[in-house]
Amino acid sequence: MTAAAGRLGTGVLRRRRAVARPPLGLVAVGLVIGVLAVTPLAYLVIRALEVEGDALAFVLRPRTVGVVAGTVALGALVAIGTVAVGVPIAWLTTRTDLPGRRLWAMLTIVPLAIPSYVTAFAFVAAFGPRGALHGLLAPFGVERLPDVYGLPGAVLVLSLAAYPYVLLATRAALLRSDPSIEEAARLLGDRRRDVLRRVTIPILLPAIAAGALLAVLYALSDFGAVSLLQFDSLARAVHLQYRASFDRSLAAILALMLVGLSLLVALAEGRIRRRAAAFAAGGRRRPASVIALGRLRWPAVAFCAGVVGLALVVPAATIGWWLVRGVAQGEVVGVVAADVAASFGVGATAAVVAVGLAVPVAVLAARHPSALSRTIARLVDVGYGLPGIVVALAVVFLATRLLPALYQTLALLVAAYAIRFLPLAMGTIRATLVGIGTGLEEAGRTLGDTPTDAFRRVTVPLLRPALLAGGALVFLTVVKELPMALLLGPIGFETLATEIWDAASAGFYARAAAPAAVLLVLSAATVALLLRAEEPAR
Amino acid sequence: MSRLLAARLGSPLAARLAAIQSARLAAFLAAALLVGACGGAASPSPSPSPMPSASSAPATPRPAPIEGTLTVYSGRSESLVGPLIERFEAATGVDVEVKYGDTAELASTILEEGTASPADVYVAQDAGALGAVASEGRLAMLPSHVLDRVDARFRSPDGEWVGISGRARVAAFDSRAVADPDLPDSILDFTDPSWKGRLGWAPTNGSFQAFVTALRIVEGDDTARAWLEGIKANEPKAYEGNDAIIAALAAGEIEVGFVNHYYALRQAAEQGPRFPVENHFFTGGDPGGLVNVAGAGVLTTSANPTAALALIEFLLSDDAQAYFADETYEYPLVAGVEADDRLEPLDEIESPDIDLSDLADLRGTLDLLSEVGIL
Repeated sequence: MTAAAGRLGTGVLRRRRAVARPPLGLVAVGLVIGVLAVTPLAYLVIRALEVEGDALAFVLRPRTVGVVAGTVALGALVAIGTVAVGVPIAWLTTRTDLPGRRLWAMLTIVPLAIPSYVTAFAFVAAFGPRGALHGLLAPFGVERLPDVYGLPGAVLVLSLAAYPYVLLATRAALLRSDPSIEEAARLLGDRRRDVLRRVTIPILLPAIAAGALLAVLYALSDFGAVSLLQFDSLARAVHLQYRASFDRSLAAILALMLVGLSLLVALAEGRIRRRAAAFAAGGRRRPASVIALGRLRWPAVAFCAGVVGLALVVPAATIGWWLVRGVAQGEVVGVVAADVAASFGVGATAAVVAVGLAVPVAVLAARHPSALSRTIARLVDVGYGLPGIVVALAVVFLATRLLPALYQTLALLVAAYAIRFLPLAMGTIRATLVGIGTGLEEAGRTLGDTPTDAFRRVTVPLLRPALLAGGALVFLTVVKELPMALLLGPIGFETLATEIWDAASAGFYARAAAPAAVLLVLSAATVALLLRAEEPAR
Repeated sequence: MSRLLAARLGSPLAARLAAIQSARLAAFLAAALLVGACGGAASPSPSPSPMPSASSAPATPRPAPIEGTLTVYSGRSESLVGPLIERFEAATGVDVEVKYGDTAELASTILEEGTASPADVYVAQDAGALGAVASEGRLAMLPSHVLDRVDARFRSPDGEWVGISGRARVAAFDSRAVADPDLPDSILDFTDPSWKGRLGWAPTNGSFQAFVTALRIVEGDDTARAWLEGIKANEPKAYEGNDAIIAALAAGEIEVGFVNHYYALRQAAEQGPRFPVENHFFTGGDPGGLVNVAGAGVLTTSANPTAALALIEFLLSDDAQAYFADETYEYPLVAGVEADDRLEPLDEIESPDIDLSDLADLRGTLDLLSEVGIL
């Protein structure tokens, strides 16, 4: 296989060679990050051990088993949904002559910044029984719409909230992959369709899997959407224990079950990644030739428009409606500049720190595969599958005992964000590192560079799109994050997300609308900057 | 009086609280005057309790004035309590820092922080959360003149927290579909099959679960189970919270929903006078008319118990109580402050006589809800 592939083009397939022993410093950094990522688990174990009564009976009772089964179904369907939406859009906006593709790219990524509970609320308002859509269709004799509540609604809303993870990861892979392999396949007589199936998709598979992993973990940890759409996932059950019975032990047991599920998802992703051929791009970033969509142009535009309509326009219109209705009733709406600055500052800092931490973990995982490096990467992933409230309480518990001086400081909040959202940055960076391979760096070293210099001068520039994409993912996720901002932020710390929550939880939707609108604009601007930096010069 | 109080409570904090009373009260009166001035037409609030004689505080020759900083964990959102905190700051000069959050999450946070908690005061949306924090010994005894501002039903029997505003359970209804007189006097009668397909509830919502707990306490588990099964047989639509129910009523999705009383009033304020959702109150001691409270307590580990207590006194002042009545549409709990005229008077409701702290014990209610197949 290697010999045949080697002839295929400049891309070198799967360099099998002795794995270099990782530098000790890198291992040490990786270990520290792994330990930090696992601290919430330590807290959960401590609390779970305190449970009074029969913990096993609680785990095995039909209701708990049903919740676990529902959560598995949710995860699987969200994986399918996000891939079905994210991959085609990634391909359309990078490889084809889709009209307005840069605009579509931006509009399809922006929904990442909309809190899932806003999307869910908008969906209930728009598509619920007797919602806005029913109002439009009622004159045509539509008596009843399909139920928006339960599993279908949760899958729909969470897929719309999380497909940008798949989209961004796939885009990054498409932009860095060497088109020469696909061109070679064309020269060897494959039709376009076959090239897509036999070459492009296998090349993209690791990135798709990495994106889907993030999407599924997001869905597993989400509370806002599942609660509004009345779907019993494990995350909702965890919240119910905290909120209804103040039972931290049973909550910990449920959260540990969630950790188990996240671990299974992470293991599955690892399998897909290892089985997929790691096609190396030779390091040149020659843009792929643009594929003419022909008659499929307008169906493709309709597809993008449909996704944007559901994921962006429906929630944005809901926010706009709150705003208009409130202003009409004389409500004073506005946004505090300090909240915008706080959201932006914490989001940007956390993004930089997360990317900084993700690089060593990704280098370990991509360049020095071993049981240790895989374990570290998994631990980091698993933490992302935990609901924010669990992570927040774990940090409260540990920080008040071990780091009282840092408790409720911005430094601790940023550190907690960076660790929790590190997988968002790591996935793309790792996939890119595997794609780049080590050949160019080795060439640099034969020319006299030290290993660090070679990495900095050769690999880092090639990593740039991945670093940006990873940082943007962390930023967009942090600016909408709520439980950790509320519990771990310094006293009086307010962000756009806390403002939205504060007003909406008291039923003042007009006052929630202004910060929500600003959050959307801030995110759109970030995505626009990202896209500008991401695309290779033509 | 202060010494007596300290001796009775026997805790060092209570002794300090009692010893500093006189100076604090003087400062508080000044604060109340200032607030009265800020509030425009409002008159200064009267002294919340008889002034103790100055000689009753021999332990500290110079009692601590109200000053310094105060850290508040508030489960009430900023839109509901923020303006009052600002008035308190302006009146006393105390620098108040507030951590806003979900009531239950903040309760969990206080419990996880243990004795390292930076919080001085915990303000909660419901009595159950206060009960949960108090049951782990994290709330200090409040002096009787503070507790006595509200009816005994609306405070901790052990004196660890006090209610600051009340919320009644009601049946909100779509006034286009049904009229108030057509609704049953007792919530128990909604099990009648004529209500099939017309009801909405929020089984996962804390205030609904508090009502079920009250129903179990007042009428027994069997009645509670029969009611839940009866309502379930009527195929109610389940919603996440009170707001979702109000929205569903306004959309004509359901005709009647079991909620707290103020949601419909807030939505009416935001959406205009033609808002179709109104409240049906359960009176005469019906278990449907449970009145729960938002309340507050001082943490045992508070670094500034003087200012902490002054804040709670302020929240119980006539002006603050009037704020709850006019701005958040809740029931003021202090006698003499008028509630919104669309509300049934508290006396008419005759909320079931139970210890609201007991509403923290939800294990039995959650078990019952899942046995019946609702959760």
